[in-house]
Amino acid sequence: MSLSVAYALLFYFAAAVIALGLIYRIALYARTPAPLKIPTTPAPTTRSGVVMRMGREVVLFSSLFKSSKWTWLFGWLFHFSLLLILLRHLRYFLQPIPEWVILIQPFGKYAAFGMVIGLLGLWARRIFVDRVRYISSPSDHLMLVLLLAIALSGISMKFIWHTDIVSLKMFVLGLLRFDIEPLPADPGLLIHLGLVASLMIIFPFSKLLHAPGVFFSPTRNQVDNPRERRHVAPWATRLEGADGG
Amino acid sequence: MADFETPVIKEYPIVPMLQRDVMSHSKPFTAKAQFQEELGFPGELPDNWQKIALDKMGELLGKYRGLRVFLDSCVKCGACTDKCHYFLGTTDAKNMPVARQDLLRSVYRRHFTLAGKLFPKLVGARELTKDVLDEWYSYFHQCSQCRRCSVYCPYGIDTAEISMAAREIMDSVGVGQKYCNEIIGKVYKIGNNLGLPKPALADTLEGLEEEVKEDTGVDVRFPLDEKGAEVLLITPSADFFAEPHVDGLIGYAKVFHQAGTSWTLSSYASEAANFGMFIGSYENTRKVALRIREAALDLGVKRIIFGECGHAWRVAYAFLNTMAGPFDFLDPRYPVPQHICEFTYDLLQRGALTIDKSANDHRVLTFHDSCNVARATRMGPKPGGQFEIPRAVIKAVCNNFHDMPQDTIGEGTYCCGGGGGLLTDDLMEVRVKGALPRMEALKYVVEEKKVTHMAAICAICKSQFSKVMPYYGFTMDQIISVHQLVGDAIVLGDKQ
Repeated sequence: MSLSVAYALLFYFAAAVIALGLIYRIALYARTPAPLKIPTTPAPTTRSGVVMRMGREVVLFSSLFKSSKWTWLFGWLFHFSLLLILLRHLRYFLQPIPEWVILIQPFGKYAAFGMVIGLLGLWARRIFVDRVRYISSPSDHLMLVLLLAIALSGISMKFIWHTDIVSLKMFVLGLLRFDIEPLPADPGLLIHLGLVASLMIIFPFSKLLHAPGVFFSPTRNQVDNPRERRHVAPWATRLEGADGG
Repeated sequence: MADFETPVIKEYPIVPMLQRDVMSHSKPFTAKAQFQEELGFPGELPDNWQKIALDKMGELLGKYRGLRVFLDSCVKCGACTDKCHYFLGTTDAKNMPVARQDLLRSVYRRHFTLAGKLFPKLVGARELTKDVLDEWYSYFHQCSQCRRCSVYCPYGIDTAEISMAAREIMDSVGVGQKYCNEIIGKVYKIGNNLGLPKPALADTLEGLEEEVKEDTGVDVRFPLDEKGAEVLLITPSADFFAEPHVDGLIGYAKVFHQAGTSWTLSSYASEAANFGMFIGSYENTRKVALRIREAALDLGVKRIIFGECGHAWRVAYAFLNTMAGPFDFLDPRYPVPQHICEFTYDLLQRGALTIDKSANDHRVLTFHDSCNVARATRMGPKPGGQFEIPRAVIKAVCNNFHDMPQDTIGEGTYCCGGGGGLLTDDLMEVRVKGALPRMEALKYVVEEKKVTHMAAICAICKSQFSKVMPYYGFTMDQIISVHQLVGDAIVLGDKQ
């Protein structure tokens, strides 16, 4: 039971860190002004155009596609697989399980291999391409190791050493109503959950901030209309007051 | 003079293998105390410079969302690593955009992030030491702020923004670049980068009137400080001074003449370029930009049109309204400001100009998209007009035109190698090497399409190419102004 308590506390802590950390960071981005119009052009001239541009970036990684086909291939495979896997995991949080979550289950299950292939491809680039090796810090390698370990521990439970999925779901649903149910003490599950909690804790302090960051990138999210609409940041307006201009 | 080797143009462009610190010796001359102080910066490195620099970094992080997002978001994917012309030309690892950003990001992480405070080694964080500052000075003056990397970054991280911030921080501790800062001082004192005072300017323009009269027999005017003119033309001061720039100015004058549009230059705002942007100083950029507003008000013009100048067009198109607006005293029927290519293009579309294309038949043209026009501005109402309009103008006045390979033009265009405040003789090595990708692309069309001339719409591009093209076996007169082509083909006199 003490194990269950420890993991419950770990997840409450991890959830608090990622939620508060991201809220703080996003609020910081949102509050910091972008004093000049700096979209990378050609850029859309309307708001809806910007939504489309951002959509292409976030869904298709369109800029990355222009720059490096291999990085795009592995990067997109990893992220899309991760999305499917996360959605599949909703089945452990929702009761009853929505129809669409049941529908994507087989895809989500095998997406784990897509995730592993994507991560291995990205890691291979990091190790074998001299330019990418040069710019990599230890943390860049460790991040890939962490994600790989999460994927492999998950795969091991799904395909080899099955865990008691019913008890796991009881534990998760218990967490959601602040009621600690017993967690199955399978090593694979404990490793998997421990790693996921670490990832959640690291998220708001690491380069994983690229996830919210991309939405705030002025080169991508600004409308190209500086001649039509005057754009001035509050701190720049104060300069105007200072010299009467 | 040249104590370096010009890169060899290969049959196909290849991404070079990395080399360490082969360009760490490249440093521009530093600005003397007097010139620093004129711009509101300390004259020399103060004792507590680290604290001042870090405070400045903190201030900029609070002022510029882009800076903070860019420093946080990089995942080191490597997409940008082979995109910088300075990397391709020098092979120096620190000229990869991400590596250049990391020079600053490492200090950001150490002082502004939890991970960097707790585990500096793990996340590549480091203290701001004198060595780091020297490295900044070297490598942030090997970036032309051309934004090519930002096109290819999945998060749109723009190294230009990082370079500007780094230069602003260096200025705040008295480490300024002589070339940029002395030029800004000249603009404040005299009105233009070249330091050309009003009498000299008037003299030059008079000379041009005589020259055009001699060539064509027509009285084409080059007005200066004429109140009540419809158009204020703001053009880089290089246009008053030397080939191939001055032929572009003659082209604008002929276009205005034929359009019957009254226009004037201003001796007070006799400069389109705004080097305040190069050093990342909002205050100085704004102060230079405000001269244009004052000149427009003083002369009572209805429109502002910019001549051929790349970074200038960025400041004009994207920043002028912000920094020196609102321009509600100008004619609302026209965008403020307009580019001379937009103006000429409209006239050509309307059939208002008589053109003899055969006047350019001895030339086969290609067009170099200037970096800041391509990736930081627009012309006309549609995105991408900055690529189409100059080409449409060239094609309307020339019979022979061929583009360079697709990945070297348009939004992927390579910088000339001299932009962003690097157009100074003390940076000749990085300028020559940085021109390599453009020279490769030019060589291709010279050999395959028999191209004889490359046209451009930027004073820096034109100056840079006339200087570096001879290193690659071209001649300096192979770079030409777009409006020289217009000026040569335009038929003066009554419409036929």
